[in-house]
This record gives sequence, C-alpha cells and structure tokens, in this order.
Amino acid sequence: MPETAVETGVECAIEVADLDPLLGALRERGFTVMGPLLRDGAVIYDEVRSSADLPAGWTDRQEPGSYRLQRSDSPRLFDFTVGPSSWKRFLHPPALRLWQAHREDGGFQVVDVEPPPPRLAFLAVRACEIHAIAVQDRVLLGGPHVDPAYRARRAGLFVVAVQCTRAGATCFCASMKTGPRAGAGYDLALTEVLEAGRHWFRVEVGSERGAEVLAAVPHRAVRPGESAAAERALAGVAEQMGRTMETAGLPALLRRSPEHPRWSEVANRCLACGNCTMVCPTCFCTTVEDTGDLAGRTAERVRRWDSCFSAEFSYIHGGSVRPSIRARYRQWLTHKLSTWHDQFGESGCVGCGRCITWCPAGIDLTEEVRALQASKRRKEDRRADA
Amino acid sequence: MGARRRLKLAVWKFASCDGCQLSLLDCEDELLALAGALEIAHFPEASRAVAKGPYDLSLVEGSITTPHDAERIHQVRRASKVLVTIGACATSGGIQALRNFADVGEWIPLVYATPDFIHTLKTSTPIANHVPVDFELHGCPVDKRQLLEVILATLNGRRPVLAAHSVCFECKRRGTVCVLVADGTPCLGPVTRTGCGAICPAYRRGCYGCFGPLKNPNTAALGERLRILGQSDADLVRAFRGINAGAEAFRRESESHEPR
Repeated sequence: MPETAVETGVECAIEVADLDPLLGALRERGFTVMGPLLRDGAVIYDEVRSSADLPAGWTDRQEPGSYRLQRSDSPRLFDFTVGPSSWKRFLHPPALRLWQAHREDGGFQVVDVEPPPPRLAFLAVRACEIHAIAVQDRVLLGGPHVDPAYRARRAGLFVVAVQCTRAGATCFCASMKTGPRAGAGYDLALTEVLEAGRHWFRVEVGSERGAEVLAAVPHRAVRPGESAAAERALAGVAEQMGRTMETAGLPALLRRSPEHPRWSEVANRCLACGNCTMVCPTCFCTTVEDTGDLAGRTAERVRRWDSCFSAEFSYIHGGSVRPSIRARYRQWLTHKLSTWHDQFGESGCVGCGRCITWCPAGIDLTEEVRALQASKRRKEDRRADA
Repeated sequence: MGARRRLKLAVWKFASCDGCQLSLLDCEDELLALAGALEIAHFPEASRAVAKGPYDLSLVEGSITTPHDAERIHQVRRASKVLVTIGACATSGGIQALRNFADVGEWIPLVYATPDFIHTLKTSTPIANHVPVDFELHGCPVDKRQLLEVILATLNGRRPVLAAHSVCFECKRRGTVCVLVADGTPCLGPVTRTGCGAICPAYRRGCYGCFGPLKNPNTAALGERLRILGQSDADLVRAFRGINAGAEAFRRESESHEPR
C-alpha cells in the first residue's frame, strides 16, 4: 500500500477518501480523535468519528462580537477559521475533580476519582493553536510546579495540523508571528487543495510518529506540480487577515501606561463577563471549590476555569484587589501582552482573534492596543515639535 | 460529626409561588440525609407538624407586599438565628415588583371583584429592605445544589461557597456556543449572576436573568449592544424588567430605556 518512504520532513499526498483511513489508523493506535464539528451555529471541537462529521461546505464570517456560519459553494472540509472552542478544553479541562476524601474511623482517606484521560489526537489544529499549546506547555509544564492533569493529557498528544487556506476578519497571527503557516509542533500537517476539479491533501510529516501513522494510510508521493498547487492554496492568507497588531515596544509601553485614560474608556464598554478569557487558548487561570455532603462523610475539591474578569478572582481578605472593570481589563491585557513576557519569556497572545469575535460587546484588543500606541505617538510627536 | 446537634430548620413563605421551597423537597436523593441533619421544625409545605421557635436556620421565600407581611417578617427574624432569603422574590421583590413601576391602586379593581378586601402595599420589596439578612440565595427558582450548599455551610458554621461571576463562565465551561455572538439572540448572561448552570443558552435561548444582576454589572454596555442587535427601547425595558425587575441594577437599566 505505501508507495513512498515516509519519514520526518517528507511531503506526501492523500486523497479526500483517505481521511477515514487516517482516522482509523489513529483509533487503532488507541487515540480518541477530536476535531471540528458543526454544533449550534458554530464550528466547535469534539470527538470526530468519521470524515462525514467534518463541516464540509461550511465557512464562517467573523467580526467583533459576531460569528456566523455560511454555506460555501465548495466541498472543502476545512474552509473555516477558528471557532469558540480551543484545544485547551481537552488539555486543561474546564472542570476537574482533583480529589475526593472519605471519612473513616478516626481519619479520612483521599481517593482519585477522575478516570485516566484518553490518549488524544487533535485533527485540524491551526498554526496559531499549535503556538497556543506551546504557550500553555510553558505555563503548566515549564516551571518547577508541573500540572499533573495537563501533563497526563498532553503527553502523547498526536497533532494533525491543517494549514490555513483562508483567514478571518479577526485573525492576526501574522502580526504575532505564530502563523499562518505551521512549521513545527505537529505530527502531520494537511494542506487542503481544491484545484482543477481535484480535491486532495498535501501531507507534511513532522515526526516519526506521524510517519508511522501515515505509512498505515493509503498515500502517494507528491506529483510534479502538486507542491506548487499546495503553495498556491496557502498564498495570500497573511494578507487576508482583518486585524494587525504592532508588537514592537508593546510590553514596555503597557508597563508605562497603567493610568492611561483609554482603560476607563474601554471599561465603559467591557461587560466583565469573562468570555475573552474563556475562549482564549492560552488563558489558564483556575479556581478550586470544596464541597462536602450533608452526612459529613465525603468531601471533594473541584478545579474550574476562572477568569481575572470576575470580582472574586482577586478577592483577598478584606476585599477584591481589582474591584473596577477598568482594573480588570487592564490586568488582562497587560498580562497577556506585557507581563507574560516577564513571566514566561514570550507573549501570551497568539493572534487567533477569539477574544475579539466572542466578546459580546465586540471589544477588539488590537484596537485597544492601537489607541494606547497612538497617544504615545502623539506625545512623541509633540516632543519632536518642541 | 455524628454528635452534631440537629439544627432546627424553618421555612417561611411571603409573596411567592412556592417554587423555591419546593426546591428543598426536590432534593430527592438528599432528603433522607437532610432529615437526618436537620429537625424540620416549621415547613408547612412539607409537614403539618410545627415545632416552636427559636430556629437555627430560617429559609425565607417571597417578598413583602402587604402591611401584615411587613409585620410578620420581624417575628420571623426574631425567631431565627440565621436567616437566609431564597429566590428572586425574597432577594429582589420578584415579578410582582412590576407594581413598583405602576400604580397598584389602578390595578386592584381590574383584578378583584371586591377591591375593599385587598390590603396591599404600593411596592413589592425584598426581605433585606425590612430586616437584616444573613445570606441571600438568588434564582427563580433557586438551584437545589446551591440550596444544599447553604444548608451544609450553616451546619458547619461557615459561609456558603457560591460563585458570583457571570452566566457566560458557565456557558463556556459547558461548551455552549454563545447565542448572542453566534445567533444575535438577546441574552442577559453577561450581566447575570451564575447559579442555574446556564440552562437557557444550552437550548439556544437567551438568558432571562433569573438569578439577578452580578455585583456591579455593566448593564448599560449590554443595553447598548442589544440595541445595536435590533432591540427597541421597549424591548430593553421588558428584558431588564422581568423576574428581577426590582434588583437595583436591572431597575436602573430598564428605567433608562423608558420614554421620557
């Protein structure tokens, strides 16, 4: 069946019909495959059992505070950009029981209650999302305090990337240098090509595991001209992005701007609902809740996603450190784009645009950053004039 | 813990539909444990047997709408060590607080054949406007898991641990696609306190705000966004003037959309 030697760095091709064998090969190796599905008017990520589950013929239109699915006139399977789900849902779950304890004679016994997580394979991971996973790796695995729940899910993760052949109006990964092209961090990377009536995928092999899986799937060598066709499919994506962000000097600018009037202005529009942090693929904050039963025999601790936008998030004895929405928005944006560098050596933003699209108030962080930068420029201009 | 004294529980009803106290009876799996941990001393919906006070824990349902109830709540307070109000009526005045925006005197003859029998106040007000309240449990109806947490916390002499963030947190944790962003459906979730488990958006309906406003919600920003989505001022008055019409933040927002 294999027609060409498959190894890391090699390019092959598979037909659309070979996606199901690819899913089958992953399942045979014990993976649960998560991928894009249509649900409730959006492309979300959940378990994909067959290629028929994929959102063929659908695309999306995104604007600040607005997401609409649209029929496309094409049979493409991956003609959409990122939706409200991010892969962190599976690697860093929204709710997790950390432990349960049972009272016993004179003491108590702590028991593990969560079943071991499934071996995960992700299908259709975009370049910005590969970077987002790497950002969370540094946060949750990088320091002296490793998160065991994340580690258990992350270890052995199989990544099938999909190279973006279109960009959305809220995308700006090109500015953040995280895309649109996925160059590493995947086991296999697919480029969907629909040209001259032919619908196929270029497959880039990113790891030995990727090579081993692809070898089990009908595939062939790339024919003359096909590489160029795949490159044509990827051309112009960066230019299609509806948003940009100037990152030069941004961490320092934010450090210097805690009293900028723009924070009050954005606070008038911000709902402090926390949606931006929930959809953000890098936001990682959690809280824990302890509960017990009425008989006083069982207690448990549950960890849940939390957000710096809630008043209780910064509650310490005596009150909330950030009682105003102004303080909370400033905290989020400054952490994401400035103090994240100090903490983790990189930006906390990958330019996926989810926080822009899924903000019910349509707040656009690239616009907020531009406003902060513009007044800085005005100041510099005045200084130059003087 | 087995030696713990059984707390005396009382459940009181003011102007309300009984749905919140029913949430207590709805704790089917926990009812036996509840009866074990508490002495149900005064709960007419559950038992005709009534034990005299004082009571360790009083759950108070309903709002104050009559002169008689305005007196009675003081008796309840005096007889209660810990007084917890349960539900939108008790915490914000309930749907019957719509009278606060009108002249109840004009309504009475439209509803009752013999208006002389009706002794009612001009307003429906939350219990906390009349007596000190130890804890307020929101919702229409209250969530039974939250109710159990309040009872459990009282049993253990601690404050209940209840999240107070927006409904949006819960939608996102559940994986519900945002109805406001993806469908353009008006939704009060961004300004509404969590607690229900984000039920309505999971069925593609906007949040009705049953659990009332968050602490310091930005209702004006949401009102503006809903207006852009096509809601008229009349729609916005209705949206904010529902079950929690009497809650301060929702009252102010609904009034800001009234014709001047």
